Amino acid sequence: MTALYLLVVISICVAGLFLAAFIWSVKTNQYEDQKGSSLRILFDDEFQKEIYK
Amino acid sequence: MFAVEEEVAALKEGRKNRTQALCYHCGVPCITSTIAIDDKVFCCDGCRLVYELLNENGLCDYYRLQSHPGLSQIKTARTDKFAYLDNEDIAKQLYKFTNGDYTIVTFYIPGVHCSSCMWLLEHLNKVNKGILESRLNFTTKEVTIHFSRSVISLRKITELLTTIGYEPFISLDEAVEKKNKKLNKQKIYKLGIAGFCFGNIMMMSFPEYLSLNNGIEQQYAHLFRYLNLLLSIPVFFYCASEFFATAWKGLQQKTLNIDAPIALAIIITFARSIYEIAGNTGGGYLDSMCGIVFFMLAGRVVQERTYRSISFHRDYKSYFPIAVNVITTSGMESRSLQDLKEKDVVQLHNDEIIPADGIVVGGKAFIDYSFVTGESEPVTIKQNEMVYAGGRQVGEQLTIQIVTRVASSYLTSLWNHYAFSKNKEEKNDRASAIHILSRYFTWVLLFLAACTAIYWSVHDTSKIVPSITAMLIVACPCALLLSATFTNGNLLRIFSNNGLFLRDATVIEELGKTDHIVFDKTGTITESGNNHFFVAGHQLTEPEKSMLYTVVSPSKHPYSKAIAAWLGNRESRQTADWQEIAGKGITATVDGTMLLVGSAEFAGISKENIKENKAAVYIRIGDNVTSFHTSSVFRDSIPQMIPTLSHQYKLSLLSGDNDRQRSVMADLFGKSSELLFEQKPIDKLHYIESLQRKGKRPLMIGDGLNDAGALQQSNVGITLADDINNFTPSCDAILDAGKFANLPSLLKLARAARYIIGTGFAVSIIYNIIGLSFAMQGILRPMVAAILMPCSTLSIVIISGGLSSLVAKRLHLSLKTR
Repeated sequence: MTALYLLVVISICVAGLFLAAFIWSVKTNQYEDQKGSSLRILFDDEFQKEIYK
Repeated sequence: MFAVEEEVAALKEGRKNRTQALCYHCGVPCITSTIAIDDKVFCCDGCRLVYELLNENGLCDYYRLQSHPGLSQIKTARTDKFAYLDNEDIAKQLYKFTNGDYTIVTFYIPGVHCSSCMWLLEHLNKVNKGILESRLNFTTKEVTIHFSRSVISLRKITELLTTIGYEPFISLDEAVEKKNKKLNKQKIYKLGIAGFCFGNIMMMSFPEYLSLNNGIEQQYAHLFRYLNLLLSIPVFFYCASEFFATAWKGLQQKTLNIDAPIALAIIITFARSIYEIAGNTGGGYLDSMCGIVFFMLAGRVVQERTYRSISFHRDYKSYFPIAVNVITTSGMESRSLQDLKEKDVVQLHNDEIIPADGIVVGGKAFIDYSFVTGESEPVTIKQNEMVYAGGRQVGEQLTIQIVTRVASSYLTSLWNHYAFSKNKEEKNDRASAIHILSRYFTWVLLFLAACTAIYWSVHDTSKIVPSITAMLIVACPCALLLSATFTNGNLLRIFSNNGLFLRDATVIEELGKTDHIVFDKTGTITESGNNHFFVAGHQLTEPEKSMLYTVVSPSKHPYSKAIAAWLGNRESRQTADWQEIAGKGITATVDGTMLLVGSAEFAGISKENIKENKAAVYIRIGDNVTSFHTSSVFRDSIPQMIPTLSHQYKLSLLSGDNDRQRSVMADLFGKSSELLFEQKPIDKLHYIESLQRKGKRPLMIGDGLNDAGALQQSNVGITLADDINNFTPSCDAILDAGKFANLPSLLKLARAARYIIGTGFAVSIIYNIIGLSFAMQGILRPMVAAILMPCSTLSIVIISGGLSSLVAKRLHLSLKTR
């Protein structure tokens, strides 16, 4: 049963990682512009190839 | 017999043909096909120019992401509009960062609307080498541009943006305000941490709940309890800090605000839990404490809805230009408004706003005051006469000499009125029913605690402290607050989906309490531009126009007058047997031709020919029929809305305009409403004040700067805006003019809010009674508290969210996000 000590501490640490990830994502403005990010990902750099042709 | 049907058909045909050629850039139907490159047609040279510029730089993907993504360039900006950005003092205020060369600047661009806009604005570096990077925040419509000042100037960048159709909106005032909006992140961190701790503490409290005193081994009990304590420390000291801060602030001002009992409950729970854990007598109520903090914070975050692209605190400064062109002995100079002095000579172009009161010294002044005074027609001002700040010059170039400084001008002095120094938010908060209820709640709770204490002091003194602390733990008014915050949060969402954007949640309650609605006329009841006629059917020839003028000019009917105005000044001809039949029309014979002017029936037009598009006036000259259609004087939704509202509210109309529309307005508003004309901005404010003195709770609906005082003074001030991103005077709420018809339903919803919150509160009272009955007997176990708390919270969230959505649905309001 002493494994419980270890398991509890590990479980809190894992949960803590998620908390840290959450705080990091807020801090780096990832929720600031959800619409914009969803559009930006669809852009590609195709137009550059056309110029170099 | 009549050519009307054929005419209409021909018109439709024509329109169909036209729709085939849409401008490649902006999608506006092209009038000519001469402006073209390759196979692409453009509506104007502006659009073609943009295309050429993009094509040169290999940016034509812009057109591939969306068809016709551009904004029409027909109305182009003046070339030296942004000349003031060359003035380093002004430009400096816009920079976010600069080291002399490398500079970062953020612009607000109202025109951003689709993925093409985004793509183009993020590829600006392809157009000019001086632009190093540009990034658009689509939600706030702000583009952040990194550029090298040695290559491209700030003015050149703004001009480039304007050329490609994305003219930035520059206001120094709002740059400051935007910075203040960033603080909210703290609340999100707090919520995240509280949620994390709450979840983990719950999990580790399970053994405690299920053990029934001695089931789990003592060593593990210690582990879990101390871990709980450790986890609750950030919740107590960090997450809950704002409750303590506001409660303390209230106590300093000798008031018991809502946060006071909550802070008390949190402190007592924490203290008792430490005592139990340290004394090894139990696990404490840390799970309940963290739960309370978490749910309360969640409620506040939901309620604190901010619309980042809308500003509620604008004053005249964001309406006025940043700088104007001043003529000095050494030539033209761009000067910012606060540096403008008396005797300065200012040059104004078409569509520019007069920055300060002055005298016309050159050019022809034709000033549109509609936004500042509510007068709907522009006025001509002679040389050496006064023009007032806020008016908009229409037409040619104008030079004026400044008489008073900007801050003491006729219009801007309105902002010195004491109505603008009040903090409405705080006032609303203090008058809120929740506030009053929570105070009662606190006193009742303290009374019950005292009774319990007396009871136990007689029977069993050892139970005094446990029972009283348990009472304070279980019966905090958080349920009441939660029902308010979650209802308000959901209502704010529903309101914004239906075009009404509120400054904050306190406005909902005030909106529900209003009993008198005051409307502005110009721009609110009526569209800004009045009496637009369009003519269909037989197109009148010049002699026919003169004949028509002869017929309509003697008549006093509004339509006759409007037609006469449309025809312009002409000479009347000889008429025989001119006759006006009230309610029907006019008949006369001019030059031997019979004219009938009036209703369809009167002009002898069969009903089949006037199906959907009913015209205001039909004119028959011989066999030819012409119809005059009015674009209605009122905004579309007004004729149905006003009678609906007048059942429940007393209505008033305040107009800065003269009273030529009095009869029309009187018909609309009915006899019991007060109609006031020629009201100056300060008169409007005083009228609202007089209503308030009579104990009324007025809601003001206006649109212009002339309503700013009344909007500020009224209990709720709603600004009507055709484009919510455009300038709006400071107010409590902004209503999208396209959704004006929703207003009665929205008001009903605001009234319902009180009952919804009340229902939530009633439910929470039931839980409180159960909890208190345990606590008063001194037998409240942590598990009971741990079950009651989330149950009450959940049921309140469901009730408040569900009921408010249900009511909105019954009122046919849209629940979906746009």
